[in-house]
Amino acid sequence: MKEMTYEFPIEGGDFIKAGHASSNVKKILNQLSLDPAIIRRIAVAMYEAEVNVVAHAYRGTMKVFISPAAIRVRVEDEGPGIPDIEKAMQEGYSTASDKVREMGFGAGMGLSNIKKNTDKLEIQSKINQGTVIEMITRIKSKGA
Amino acid sequence: MKIADIVRITDGKLICGDDVGEKEISHAFSSDLLSDVLTINRVGILLITGVANLQTIRTAEMAEVACILISRNKKASKEMIELAKDNGLIIIESPGSMFGNSGKLYQHGLQPLY
Repeated sequence: MKEMTYEFPIEGGDFIKAGHASSNVKKILNQLSLDPAIIRRIAVAMYEAEVNVVAHAYRGTMKVFISPAAIRVRVEDEGPGIPDIEKAMQEGYSTASDKVREMGFGAGMGLSNIKKNTDKLEIQSKINQGTVIEMITRIKSKGA
Repeated sequence: MKIADIVRITDGKLICGDDVGEKEISHAFSSDLLSDVLTINRVGILLITGVANLQTIRTAEMAEVACILISRNKKASKEMIELAKDNGLIIIESPGSMFGNSGKLYQHGLQPLY
């Protein structure tokens, strides 16, 4: 199988569309013969990352690379960046606005939940430029 | 517990979901924090919540929640219902509070996650 790639835009601040990219990718993954538990882990991790872009950045993209061995999701945004990644990874630490909290997010659980649901997580961030999150989930096809 | 029983016990109204009355649900989780819903480790549960927005539905889609019980007479919007239908999610609206609904359903045998 050749590597398949997909790309979806993410609009900062748009809580109507938030989740659209993750939902599209989840539907694509559902069509492949993958373990449903792995699809759910990837979906949760993607959605957390997408909500982070909507909550904190101006705009972004979600790129998904599907190969027989792994699903790689790269979420890039143009935004304020993360000043202290180590701190941002701590559960409970959050810089989310009241609006984001009213939606039911912003509890400082997102990045740690992404880490929990992926096999490899890399975060790069530049202040006043943006953040790149890359997550890799290894896959086993059904019956393998 | 059958969806029809959840509707009856909570004085609820089935807003979205066709022919689901006989569908069984064993576990429930009550939360207004969607971030917390995204950390649960079981699929096919009932989510009892007071947060009624599109992201409630998205969260349920990603976490594979089977049914959302919206408490305190909050209403699911047209957009929420459409998105729920697209994803095969069940929505029940109830006048009861999260605490009241959780208590009643627990009493009738619905299990907590933790």
